[in-house]
Amino acid sequence: MKPVKFDYYAPTNVPEALETLAELGYDGKVLAGGQSLIAAMNFRMARPAALVDLNGVPELSYIKPNSDGGLAIGTMTRVSTVEHDPEVAKRFPLLLEVAKFIAHPQIRRRGTFGGAIAHADPAGQLPSIAVVMDANVLIRGKGKERWVKAPELIIGPFMTTIEPDEMLAEVVLSANPAHTGSNYMQVSRQSGGYAQAAVASVVTLDGEKVKTIRLVLMGIGEAPILSQKAIEILVGEIPTPDALKAVAEACATSEIDPATDIHATADYRRTLVRALVARSLTESIKRAKKGG
Amino acid sequence: MTKLFPVSLKVNGKDYEREVEARMLLSDFLRHELGLMGTHVGCEHGICGACTILFDGEAVRSCLIFAVQASGHEIRTVESLGTPENLHPLQQAFTEKHALQCGFCTPGFLMTLVPFLEENPNPTEEEAREAIDGNICRCTGYEKIVEAVQDAAAKMSQGK
Repeated sequence: MKPVKFDYYAPTNVPEALETLAELGYDGKVLAGGQSLIAAMNFRMARPAALVDLNGVPELSYIKPNSDGGLAIGTMTRVSTVEHDPEVAKRFPLLLEVAKFIAHPQIRRRGTFGGAIAHADPAGQLPSIAVVMDANVLIRGKGKERWVKAPELIIGPFMTTIEPDEMLAEVVLSANPAHTGSNYMQVSRQSGGYAQAAVASVVTLDGEKVKTIRLVLMGIGEAPILSQKAIEILVGEIPTPDALKAVAEACATSEIDPATDIHATADYRRTLVRALVARSLTESIKRAKKGG
Repeated sequence: MTKLFPVSLKVNGKDYEREVEARMLLSDFLRHELGLMGTHVGCEHGICGACTILFDGEAVRSCLIFAVQASGHEIRTVESLGTPENLHPLQQAFTEKHALQCGFCTPGFLMTLVPFLEENPNPTEEEAREAIDGNICRCTGYEKIVEAVQDAAAKMSQGK
């Protein structure tokens, strides 16, 4: 199908983009890479009255190292650019690990890092990755800006706290502390397909014990699920196989309410979560011990 | 009245100027405005890969880009590869290895593989499979396409 008619704006700098968004209000929608939005418009599931295209705003595309060892990623940076950046590889191997699961190479060349997060598709990898990395997100509007942590940014399926006159401008990832390991795992029916279930984890060790842990369950809810059970069971404790099993069981039984659909039954999704949580945590801990 | 936007771009080395609605997809622009029917339209939501073209040298979906966004950019379609008398080595390999049956998906595979083989002149079977994971073929079962990729790589490195 073809999209319904819409008006089109192509600002060439950030102030102009923010001015246009402010003028359009609820009628305006930001067009980033368009790899999700244009598909939804082709189906006429999305019918924005006007698009504000950021592809002509070069200042929104960058990967800048921060002095604390982290990275600032401009919202229009293509996923494939992140995937192939040597600084990203050095500082955040988790991003490389997840990238190959994000759709297909042709989509990653056009799709953007910030756009995928702002789109907040519950089946998308990058919103969950932003949550598990506790990313700090810069939201800008005309004459205003604010920082939001990713877990507070994404509030439901395709829903964020970004106002119609605002846009996601930058994603800041803080450096991992020493002895941190991370991992992403998913099960899907074909390469590039939606995950029937997926798990991402970031674990920091203090000696033998878990200092901090962030575990996100993905593809089985309306938004990324940040596991509280993992924190309750593991923080301050030695992550024995039995402890990891307990986390996996708690995640599979009490932290998710998966649906049955054509892709998988609810029971199968619980089985996947149980297996993936244990495997992902084991892998992250192994990497943390190696120095992360 | 319908609002039109100017588009001026280079396609297969030739300059074009048109005025289009914002909602016109690049895939439809190439086929209906420029008459370049080699770019095929399958799913129109980025899954099948039939509409893959080169946008400033990179393989992307032309159904997930609006024509107006291509203004000022350089596009290459399957028409830029070879002629029936003088096939591109990749087309020659597809023919010899029987890497197509109905042929609907073929332009997308070719345009995905042209930049891939430039970057990876000697791909392993696994690399070849990864390269085409965003293109669907319902006829061949992919085996012959993978063979053709490796055959094309050999042909192209001999040609150099």
